[in-house]
Formats: sequence, structure tokens, C-alpha cells
Amino acid sequence: METFLMQIFNGISVSSIFLLASLGLAVTFGLMGVINMAHGEFIMIGAYTAYVVQNLFRTYLPAAVFDVYVFVAIAASFLAAALFGAVLERLVICRLYGRTEDSLLVTWGVSLTLQQLARSIFGAPNVGVDAPSFMEKSLRVSSTLAFPLKRIFILAIALICLGSVYALMYKSRQGRNIRAVMQNRNMAACLGVNTKRIDCATFAAGCGLAGLAGCALTWIGPIGPTLGTNYIVDTFMTVVVGGAGSILGTVFGSAFIGVGGTTFEFFTNASVGKVLIFACIILLLQFKPKGIFAVRNRALED
Amino acid sequence: MLQVEYLKATYGEGTVLHNVSLEAKTGMVTCLVGRNGAGKSTTLRSIMGLIETPSGDILLDGKSMMKSPSYDRARAGIGYVPQGREIFPQLTVRENLLLGLEAAAGRRQEIPEEIFETFPILKEFLERKGGDLSGGQQQQLAIARAVIASPKVLVLDEPTEGIQPSIIQEIGQVITRLKSKMAVLIVEQYLEFVMEIADYCYVMENGRIIMKGEPDSLDQEKLQATMSL
Repeated sequence: METFLMQIFNGISVSSIFLLASLGLAVTFGLMGVINMAHGEFIMIGAYTAYVVQNLFRTYLPAAVFDVYVFVAIAASFLAAALFGAVLERLVICRLYGRTEDSLLVTWGVSLTLQQLARSIFGAPNVGVDAPSFMEKSLRVSSTLAFPLKRIFILAIALICLGSVYALMYKSRQGRNIRAVMQNRNMAACLGVNTKRIDCATFAAGCGLAGLAGCALTWIGPIGPTLGTNYIVDTFMTVVVGGAGSILGTVFGSAFIGVGGTTFEFFTNASVGKVLIFACIILLLQFKPKGIFAVRNRALED
Repeated sequence: MLQVEYLKATYGEGTVLHNVSLEAKTGMVTCLVGRNGAGKSTTLRSIMGLIETPSGDILLDGKSMMKSPSYDRARAGIGYVPQGREIFPQLTVRENLLLGLEAAAGRRQEIPEEIFETFPILKEFLERKGGDLSGGQQQQLAIARAVIASPKVLVLDEPTEGIQPSIIQEIGQVITRLKSKMAVLIVEQYLEFVMEIADYCYVMENGRIIMKGEPDSLDQEKLQATMSL
């Protein structure tokens, strides 16, 4: 029973990490149709930002307030990645809308450049970020069963991000404009929607979410220049399985890959588990080529 | 008032408009007629900035719009109802209308009640998806969306296309009512409709204006000959 509960918790926890990592991609790829191979690098940018914030706190502020760095790091990693994203959109991506193959190649190049940049600044070896003391504890359920607070904290962040993205997209004026631009760019422009600004802001927000995911990843493992490459396949998988353009789809996609993956791993081992989950995805896409929750979308239609 | 002066428009290498000049005055319905492929829709798309216009000028109340992107032209006061209506199908009627208010650049966020006086049908369907409406309802929504921010010029591309006769009449009445507040420029193939509502006509062929005048003064035989075939 306890193994079972622990297994479910692990599945949910892995899902929440996938969800956090793919929410940004659901925006940039799912909504905007940009194949951003550098998505993983924005995760890395967020992670290194968290590392820098931690070091600044450690060096310049008394140890008593060290734990507060988490909240500063969350905000800073979002902003840093969003800023990089905005610059990338204005310089490169804005010239590549509707040119899927080109954007794939170019963003791959950007991805390599950013990795090298990180290597030059922070060095090739992995660095670590210390989770604050309040996150090191566990939530004891019984004598043998305990859920690490870190994981619960990440799950909470993922849910808050999901809620914010949903509210922004479906309840706000900005979200309405974003959806209009993604459905019919010319018509939105003819109604007075500043399409350039929407493109830039949407892409930046997607990248910012990736940065936030990077910040969360620092608490559960070391970070290095190639951190992003570990996630790029899984995040694209999540968005495609869920159905590009649908936020609900991304939730289901990450649950599918997260819970499915950990379950298969539990019964077999890490690599066979991975093979099995990919086999399931291939099979699923045979029957649902547009993902579980397919949405009609301008960018993906043409 | 909208003025188009010696406008040239290109699709890639090909020139599709040659020195097109026309005027749409406030209080008047100006119609642009011609056969398929004459360049009528291209003229409207050029006015909205959706097509490259290497030379000529487009003036709204004397101010040049040539260098402005589409969204600035909309904000300056050009309301556009495109061919095929282009309602956002995934968005509700309310959201479609609120998007029309973007031309007011966020100064207004409430749908004005007059819209429902002109288009009562829309009030019932506010929460429905735009794509679920019938053709005639979509056309009304498209016009409502274009005039909600009180533009100076309303530009309509084939408002009668694929619409049943009773609704065409209704749309004609709405347009006649709207012209007191704004200039109206209509592209249309349905001649009877044009003769009924137009105050001034331009006839196009092969990307050029070949005739202009008040509907009654136009050479009817020549007009029929241009339109048929």
C-alpha cells in the first residue's frame, strides 16, 4: 500500500516537473507554432539565474535571510529568461514566423550558442544550488512514508503557473488578443491589435515559464550547461501528446508521461521504462495524430 | 474621409493595382464594382495594409497611412469587414466584439448598448462560439465588430456574399443608417444591391478604375458589359 502511494506521489511529482517545463513550450510551440529548440536553454538560463541569486544572497546578506532567496530566485529566473526570450524574438524569431524548418535550425543554433555561453561564464562542471532549509524537511504521513517538501513545493509552483497561464489566456484582455492573433493574425491586426507586441510578449512569457521551471529544477539536482538538453525531448513530447495549442492537453500530456513513465520504471527499469512510454506515445499518435486535445490553430494548419 | 491616390499594389513580382484613385466621403456609401479578379478586394486589402503598396498614397482625413502597420490604421479609424467575414471561430461572440474595441486602444472595455440596438440577434448569442453562427449572423457580427469602436471609415468586402435575401435587405438598411456617422466603402458584385445603396460608384477592370460617377449617371450598358462574362 505504502509503496503504491509513494509510487503515485512520484508519478505526480515527475508530472509536475514536466508540466512546469512544458508550459512555456505549450505557449511558444503550441500557440505560436514556433519550434523552439532553445526551449531547454531557457530552462538552463532560469537555473543559472537561481544559482547567481543564491550566491549573491550568500555573499552579501546575513545567513538568517538566506532562505528568502527562493522567492527572489523564482522572480529573477522568470524575468531573466523572459528578457532573453524577448530579445531572441525581436532579433531572430520574428523573421521566421511560418517558416517551421528554418526556425528549427536557427533555434538549434541559438541553443548551442547559449550552452557555450553558459560554459564560458560558469564553467563546464555542474554547480549546485542549496534548497532552503524549510524545503529539506519531509511531510511524514506514517512511520515509513514521507513526502519530501521540495517535491510538494514544486507541485505547488506548477499548479500556480498553470492557474496563472489559464487566467491570463482565458480571462484577460491580453489573453484574448493573444488567442486572436494566433487564430488569425491579419484579422487581429485589422481590428487594432498590435500583433508585433503580442508576438514578443507571448514568446517572452513562454520563455519566462521555462526559466521558472529551471529555477525549480535546481532544488532536485545539479545544474550544468547541458541541463536543457535533458528536457527538450520530454517537453516537446508532452506538448505533442497533449495536443498543441491546448493548455489542458499539456496537463494531460505531462500526467501521461510522468505517471506512465514512473509506473513503467517501477515494474521494469529506467531504460526499459523509457522505451515503453515512448512506444505508448507512438501508438497514441497513430490514432490521435494531433494529440489528445486537438485544437484548430492557424499556425499549425498551414 | 478616405482618399486613395495613384495607388499601386504588388503581389511579389506582379503588379495588381495600377494608379488607383478613389474617395469615400462621410455621409456617403461609396461602391467599388467589377468582375472577379478586377482588383477590388486587393484595393481594400491595400487600404488595410495587408498588401505591399510601393507607390501612391492612402489618406485618412488628410493624414497618410501608407507607412502605418495594419493595427495603427485600425486605431486611426478604419473599420474592416473582410471577404468571408473572418470571425474568430474559437472565440465567443462577446470576445469577438471586445476585440473590435481594440481599435480604441484599450480606452473602452464595455460593449456599447447601441450595438445591440442595431444587431439585436447578437445579444442572444453573446456566449456562443463565433464559428457556431450562421453566415448571416456572422456577417452581422463582423459589421458590429468593425463599427464598435466608432471608426471614421467602414470598409466592407462583399457583404452580401453567401447571404440569404432577407438578411441582405437588413444589412443594406444597417449600412444606410451607419453612413450618417462614417464614410462607407463597399466592394460588391451584386449590382442590384449596389444600385440601391450606393451614392457614388467606381468601376474597376484589370486593376484600374475605368468608370466613376453616381449610380444613375453611369452608362448602364457599359456597366452590364463590364460585369458580365
